[in-house]
Order: sequence, then C-alpha cells, then structure tokens
Amino acid sequence: MLLQDKDRIFTNLYGRHDWRLEAARQRGCWNGTAEILQEGRDWIIDQVKKSGLRGRGGAGFPTGLKWSFMPKEVGARPHYLVVNADESEPGTCKDREMMRNDPHHLIEGCLIASFAMQAHACYIYIRGEYVLERERLEAAIAEAYKAKLIGPDNIHGWDFELYVHHGAGAYICGEETALLESLEGKKGQPRLKPPFPAGAGLYGCPTTVNNVESIAVVPTILRRGADWFSGFGRDGNAGTKVFSISGHVNAPCNVEEAMSIPLKTLLEQYAGGVRGGWDNLKAVIPGGSSVPLIPKEICDDVLMDFDALRDVKSGLGTAAVIVMDNSTDVVKAIARISYFYKHESCGQCTPCREGTGWMWRVLERMARGEAEISEIDDLLDVAGQVEGHTICALGDAAAWPVQGLIRHFRHEIEDRINKYRAGKPVFVPVAAE
Amino acid sequence: MTDNLRTIIIDGEEISVPQDYNLLQAVEAAGGEIPRFCYHERLSVAGNCRMCLVELVGAPKPVASCAFLVRDMRGGPNGEPPAMRTLSPLVKKAREGVMEFLLINHPLDCPICAQGGECDLQDQSLAYGRSGSRYAENKRAVEDKYMGPLIKTIMTRCIQCTRCVRFSTEIAGVPELGAIGRGEDMEITTYLEQAMTSELSGNVIDLCPVGALTSKPYAFNARPWELTKTETIDVMDALGANIRVDSRSGGVLRILPRIHDDVNEEWISDKPRFVWDGLGRQRLARPYARKDGRLVPIGWDEALAAAAEKLSGDPARIGVIAGDLNDVEGLKAAKDLFDALGVASIDARQDGAQIGARDGSAPRQSYLFNSPIAGIDEADAILIVGANPRLESPVLNARIRQRWLNSDCQIAVIGEAGDLTYPYEHLGTGPDTLAGLAKKRTGFIQTLKNAKRPMIILGAGALARADGAQVLRAAGELAKAVGAVSAEWNGFNVLHTAASRVGALDLGFLPGEGGRDTRAILDAASKGEVETVVLLGADEIDMDRLGKAFVIYVGHHGDAGAMRADLILPGAAYTEKPGLYVNTEGRAQLALRAVFPKGEAKEDWAIFRALSARLNKTLPYDNINALRAELIEANSVFGQIDYAPGADGAAEFDPAQLGEAGAVADAPFASPIKDFYLTNAIARSSKTMGECSAMAADARARLQAAE
Repeated sequence: MLLQDKDRIFTNLYGRHDWRLEAARQRGCWNGTAEILQEGRDWIIDQVKKSGLRGRGGAGFPTGLKWSFMPKEVGARPHYLVVNADESEPGTCKDREMMRNDPHHLIEGCLIASFAMQAHACYIYIRGEYVLERERLEAAIAEAYKAKLIGPDNIHGWDFELYVHHGAGAYICGEETALLESLEGKKGQPRLKPPFPAGAGLYGCPTTVNNVESIAVVPTILRRGADWFSGFGRDGNAGTKVFSISGHVNAPCNVEEAMSIPLKTLLEQYAGGVRGGWDNLKAVIPGGSSVPLIPKEICDDVLMDFDALRDVKSGLGTAAVIVMDNSTDVVKAIARISYFYKHESCGQCTPCREGTGWMWRVLERMARGEAEISEIDDLLDVAGQVEGHTICALGDAAAWPVQGLIRHFRHEIEDRINKYRAGKPVFVPVAAE
Repeated sequence: MTDNLRTIIIDGEEISVPQDYNLLQAVEAAGGEIPRFCYHERLSVAGNCRMCLVELVGAPKPVASCAFLVRDMRGGPNGEPPAMRTLSPLVKKAREGVMEFLLINHPLDCPICAQGGECDLQDQSLAYGRSGSRYAENKRAVEDKYMGPLIKTIMTRCIQCTRCVRFSTEIAGVPELGAIGRGEDMEITTYLEQAMTSELSGNVIDLCPVGALTSKPYAFNARPWELTKTETIDVMDALGANIRVDSRSGGVLRILPRIHDDVNEEWISDKPRFVWDGLGRQRLARPYARKDGRLVPIGWDEALAAAAEKLSGDPARIGVIAGDLNDVEGLKAAKDLFDALGVASIDARQDGAQIGARDGSAPRQSYLFNSPIAGIDEADAILIVGANPRLESPVLNARIRQRWLNSDCQIAVIGEAGDLTYPYEHLGTGPDTLAGLAKKRTGFIQTLKNAKRPMIILGAGALARADGAQVLRAAGELAKAVGAVSAEWNGFNVLHTAASRVGALDLGFLPGEGGRDTRAILDAASKGEVETVVLLGADEIDMDRLGKAFVIYVGHHGDAGAMRADLILPGAAYTEKPGLYVNTEGRAQLALRAVFPKGEAKEDWAIFRALSARLNKTLPYDNINALRAELIEANSVFGQIDYAPGADGAAEFDPAQLGEAGAVADAPFASPIKDFYLTNAIARSSKTMGECSAMAADARARLQAAE
C-alpha cells in the first residue's frame, strides 16, 4: 500500500506548482497557525512527541524530546532555534527540494518551533553550494515578513526574526556544534559535549539545532494531528519521510513515502527499479554515504526505517538511498567515500585527522589489489580505533562505510589481492562514480 | 565546601572529589595518571588529542577525561555512585590507537630532535603505545614556519594539540598563532609567517609536547640529561620569576621557568628565558685600571690598593650608586663599608625614583606591591598609573589579562596608552589626571569606589621624576579615598622595574644624613664636588654627567659603566652567586649559584669585604652565612624566605601620608622601558636579545608606516 497523495506533506516537492506564498497558502501552509500557537507551547511539544517524529538529519533523535531539553523559562540568555540546512551528506538532496519548492513549510515550522522553545530568533544555516535555494528561501522569507506572518508585531503575536546564513561549503559545518561555531564566525570545528547546545549553544545561549525536514513537517503534523502522522510506519519509526534515491536505478528521484516501506518496493515503485533488474543489484547504501552498505541478500526484504536498518548493522541516516548494481567496483566506491571523509575531516582531533587518511590510502591500494590479506583485518582495526573515539560523529561516519565493506565484501578484496599477486590483470570496473 | 564533593568510583576505588573537577583531575586526586597531550591546567580545554580517553561505566563510548566534569557523570540505575575505568582493556586499546595515529605521521627523528629526553610523545609512547607500527604508507611532511629569532619550528613533528595557539590567544593575549587547513593538512603557523611579537612567546616552547617548537638559540647545544639544573631566581625584572638554570661545564645553556603559583605561575617572558647568551659575552673577568686613557688588566692586589686609596679620601666627596641587578648581600656589604667610611651619598635608585626613606619613615607598604601579585586574581577594579606592565613585567601583565578575561574586572590607565593585551579606559597621560581623579564624582572613580577590592598600580614611570614624591602622595590619597587599603586588603601597589630595588629599600641603601641621592651625586660629580663615584653595576645613568670624577665600577659586564670606569672590580652575575632578592611584592627569594664567576671575578660581597680590610674597616663577616645572619638581625624580612606580606599591617598603613604634599607637574608619565629586550647590561650583551630588539623596532616602524 503506497502513500496516497492526500497524505503527503510536501505537495510541491517536484516544483510543478508555484513556490510563492499565495500558492503555498492554497496548499495549506499558514492555515490556522495562530490557532496552533494559541494551544500553547506545552501542547505543541507534546503533540510533536506523540507524533513520534524522529530527527530527519541522520541521527534519528526524537524531535519533541529534543525540544523539551530547552530551559522551561527564559533566563538572562535568549533562546535560539537553528535550522541545519547544510545538507552535504553525499546522496542526500531532500532539503534542497523542500527549500526550493516548498519553502513556506519550513518558514512556518520555524515560527512554530521557535514559539515552542521561546526563541525570538531563528537562523537557517544553508549550505554554501545552495545558491538558488538560498535565493528562494530569502524571497519566501521576505514574503512572509511582508505579509506580517513573521517579524516584529506579526499577526501571530510572537515576535520572531528569521535569518538565513550562507555557509562556505564545508561538510563538517553540518555537524550541529561545528555549525554553531561557523555561525558565530569561527572556524567550523565541532565543540566538546557536554555542554549540549540546549544548555550552551549559539553565543553560549540555549539553542536547538534541527534538520530542515524535521522543522518543515511540524506545521502539517500539528494541523492534521499527531495520530495521523504516527499512523505511518512501524512503532518507533513513525511518519512520512522524503527518500532520495540515486545511483543505478532507472529513474533517480526524491519521493515522500511512509516510513518502514520495503526497500525493494521503494526502488521498484518510484525509481523505476534497479538498472538491469533486481537481480543485477549488488549493494545499497541506505542512508547517505556514512552508513554501512547492505548487500542484495539484505536488500531483498529490509524495511526502510531506523530500527530495521539498525538491526542489519546499517542505518536510515538521511534516507539517501544509493544503489549500486553489479557493474560497480564496490571497493573503489568505498575508497572514494573514504576520500571524501579524509577531505572533509576538520583536523581537530587525532583519530579522525590521522585515521581517515590512513583508511583512504589503504583502500586505494586494496582497490588495485596492492595489499596483503592481513591488512584487511588491520584496516578493520583502524576503523574501530576511529569509531567512537572522536569529538564528533565524523569519525564514525568515516569508519562505518569501511566496516560495512569488509563485513559484506571481504571476499571481493581478498580475491583482488590474490589476483594481483598471481599477476593476473585486475578487472577494475568504472562505475564507481 | 563539603557539599560540593561527589563520591565516584575510579577503577573500583571510591573517592570524593569536587564536582567541578574534570575526570582527569579526579583520577590525579586519586593518585592515578592519565596520559594527555593537549590538556594543560592553565589553558582552556580543547579535548582534541583524545589521549586521555577513559571508560565511563554505562556510556556507549569512551569519553575524553579532560573535557568531562565529575558533575556530569551519571550514577548507576540503582543509585550507585558513578564509575569510571582507567585501566580497562577498552581504555588501553583506545590509548594505543591514539598513540598509533599520532605516530604514523610523526617523523620519529628522535636522535636529532631537541626535545629528546623531555618529549611527552616519547615518554607516553613508551608507557602507552603499541610495540610496532602497521602504517605502510608515506608519511606526511610539513614545511617549517618562520616564527622569529627565538622559536625554531620543525612542523612535521607537530601533533596539532593547539596548546601554542591557545597560549598565544588566551595567556599572551596576542593571537598571532593559528591553524590553517583542515584534516590531515592542518598546520600551525603565525599569520603570514611573521615573527611572534609577544614578550611571552618563548613559553610555547615549554608547552609544545613534542619537538615542533623548540628554542632556536639552544638548538643542538645539549641533551637535557647532561645539564646541571639549578633552581634559582630571575633578575630581569622585579617580579622575581622562579627559574631553572641549565648549565654544563661553566656555561649557562638555557633558562626555564619553575612553577610558583603566587609569582610567575609557570611562565617567564622572553628576556629571562633567552638572555643567557649575554652571560658569556662582554664579561669582566679580571680587574682593569685606566692607564693613559686605556683600560689595562691588572691584578686584584693592585686593584684593591687603588680603590682603597681613592676611598680613603674625604667621604663627602665620594658617591655610590647601585644598579638594578644587585643581590642583597652585595648591597649589605657595600652599605656597611661605606657607612663605616662615613660616606652618606649612597643611593640604590639609579633611575631617581622618589620612594623609600633610610630612617624608616616610609613604611614598607609604601614601596611594595601589597595586594600581592596573586591579589590581582581578586581585584575587581584596577587603575594603572605611569606603568606599562606589559613591558615592565610581562608575566604580571598576563595575570591582569587573566583577571580581565575571567571576571568583570574594570581596568583604567593613566599614562602612556600602549597595547596591554586587554582593553582599558584611558583616563589621561599625566599626574594632573591622577590628582584630578579623586575630585571627580562619576566615571572610573566611581568604579573604584564601588569595587570590593580596588587596586592602584603605581609604576616607576610615575615615581622616577622630579615630582615623584608628590605623585606618590596623590596616588596614596586616591588609594585612601577609594578604600583600596583596609585591614584585609591592601590594593596600593608599586610595580618596580629593578630586581634589586625592594631589597635595597629594605636595607636602607639610601642617602644618609646630608647625603646626596643619585641626581645630586651626578650633579656634584659634573661640577667636580664629588671626586670619586662607585658604581655597583649601575649602567643606566647618564655617564656624561660623571664629569671628571674617578669612577670605580663593580660589576660583571662591560657596558656603559665599565666603559666610563677608571677602575674595574669584576663581580659575579646573578647565575654565578648565591644571593637574596626581594621582589616587588616584598617576597625574599633565595637564588643559588649555577656556575662559577668568570675568571678572577668575585662575588660582590667578597669584594667589599676584601676592600674593607685594606681600609682598616674590616667587616665583621668572613662568609656568606655570617653576612646573612647580620642581615636578618638588621631586618627580619630577609629571613622570611618566600613570604610576601600582602595585607599584613595594612590596618596601620595610611597611604595618604606617603610622599610629599605639593603640586604636580603636568608632564606626561613615561614608562622607563624604551626597549623591552635591552633593559640591562646582560641583555645588552646578548645577541639573541639584540635580534629581538631589532625585530621589535622593525615591527614598530612598519606599524607606524601603515598608520
């Protein structure tokens, strides 16, 4: 049973309609916002909790719970909401479409979430490469200001300023505390936690950092009710979710679907199926480049949600599904991902700074077969020395793809090494791009 | 305090530690040890080396113990105290992992590394590392950076702990170091590879846990284990920084700070640290006499005879001026001798500071940094008068900066408006501002009055002038008016620039009845009324004003005084004699001999003892212990080693009675230090200090050109 159009939140995800305020209103945005705010902040947070919404930025932390960590009363320091629009995870392109085509969902969400957390100012930190999206977003915000939907003395009765900040294109600035550093004008390097942003975030003030999608779905959830939203997906994995499908499928796309949809259904119904048929599938990275890949045997019946993917030692991440068919050199592909993390490591802490380069160099050799069999275990060990030992999650993100590769495709690495040592030419397929 | 404690379990042992300790401190309190590279007690926590990872029971992954507070620990599900493990296999594996990562791109050039033998990376890899490396790729190489004449860089060795960056930003207050690039391409450098300009820059050498930042002058000179280490006291300024002098076969090879929380914490400025090459140049290693206009070497016998002949004349026509680097013993012997000879014109204030009184009418509080130095940490309003603490005592200035950083302490300056590394309100430049301040109702005077612990720092620039006594009175009156002096707090502070000054004032090395002070001695000498002038290491006076006087120079360096001298009696430098020095807060500190005096030179007190025998006024002590016994008998402060009086006796101290009443001139205050790197004879003999001075002058010129 596929998600029906009436249950979709992002009704203009593909930009077939106008993105402007008037059209957005016709699609339901800004409808009854004042009434929602009148219900009070406790009600809003409670509804978000009941809806089962989990953070859409990758970690899947319950959004309502995160909001409730903010101090109940505003003390000497103001509260801030920061929206993380630094969407840089390879394979992920969902926030981009939302900001391009449905920006008013996000703006309304910012107002409601800020009200719920007693923040009078919200910053949207948008990725440096997203130029068109920034322009759209700024135009939409200007519309909202003009219509007195937000800003000082707006019709909703909650003074609220919304700023867009343009990043400079570093992946690490998508990490919430590095994002705050960057927003403050410093070098984008993650902070030590604790203290968590809810205690000391932007400029040392209580701050909540949320993904674009987490914020943008909130107004619709509150309008249609927490029960409606939690009706989709399995227990603990509620709601609808925008999946980004890329790679070796016939029709790569973004699509909003219910959580817990089978991966096979998702690919075949929306993305035109795997190139060359399902049996031509080799592996799928189900949640953006940082999560471990899963081979076809698992893809056959895995469900797309946080818990099901965790059970197969992968993760939902940002729900960016990267499909690789049998023409893929999977070792080379992971080596390329490894290079990405080496390139994007901020260099602050030792394991990530030194470990990412090490893993990449070994993988590059392994992709050519120039390695020892024993190095596979060494590589796994090094990945383990990076994972969980760093300040932020980039170390984990760099280690997981490597661990996934060795877990499922060790035979392929061994095979390649053996061939290289036997003097046989190593077949290096090209489809790693 | 007790309710602030928390019971935690470290490796199975229960211990109570303060809530605001981090885990690393908690483990140390329990007697354990946590390896670390980036963590440093006096710097902010970076948590980036990951060497100090420990296992928190119940936590999914290891945490950096330097960045995790005891307060944030979570107890067990049944109310057990929170627990951590520092010796578990997980921790051991984590440390080995971090160690391996740090070493894969480290050059391992330990045989030729200046840090060898005192390298944190070496030591910790011995204790916590793996036995071998699994890294088969090429190592990274990093280009060396230029950081000036003091700091040598071998940046391939850098482990990016950022201690140096944090030091220059936080303590020195001159944010010239930073990291460029990211990931494994991250490099530490100064902005555009310019030399560091901070007077405290040498401390990054000590902070660097590896051999990336080392001492340029010391490079390839010695291995630490072959050096004789002597714990002694610095004399480059009146702070009395605690130092360690490392020497080998008669030569000083380097100088390092020692930790003394109440004086210099663990910093020293570049002058004490790098001045040591000056100890080997321009030395007076034997007596000289001027014959036919030239100084020719003579023997001690001849030299003492010549000095005795000159000094046996009319005592009213003899003047004695002591310089800035003298130990108390030398001054005591000199004073005893000249008192016996009836010479009243003696003065230890070669800069002419109007402070102190021989008859004891000026209480000790009138010339001390009373709060004391550690009192800066409690001050909530500071008025700096006629001083540039950044040049006159950089470490003390860093302490003021720390206070400004960590509190709401307000600071104002009357005098030159220099860059002090912290913002301040500039009230004016001259004594008229000081005198007028007390009459104001609003502005900084109100801040001082409202402050719980107000502080006034009076510098040499305010006292070493003709109206110094009147300025002292005005400052004292202000101190009284704002309540800077009470029974438990004495915020009336004098910041001296000379290491020997407070000791000399305690000793009463000042003009006696009818005696002349420095200015008068020089006036009389130029008129021919004083025929013999004895200079005890006094090099910072105007030698032209000595006229035709016969000059006897007792000192250790061939500087201005020796150039003018007619007779030279070679003395010992501060590293070459045991001696007492009293710092600006009145703390008597004992310096020890690291090396022997050069050639035939003698300790100063011994010269005067020998001279006294020639003059038939034999001093009653034959060794330094007997001399010290006399000293302590005369003034007990010399026996209270490492004791700073602070607010003791403040209740009876009335600052409004200091100095003399009268009008002040309107000439602006000027800091006595024109060139930080060349303030004394030793520094002027140092090649390193010369380079620093030229570099600083160049930087100033460029700054002016840019303006």
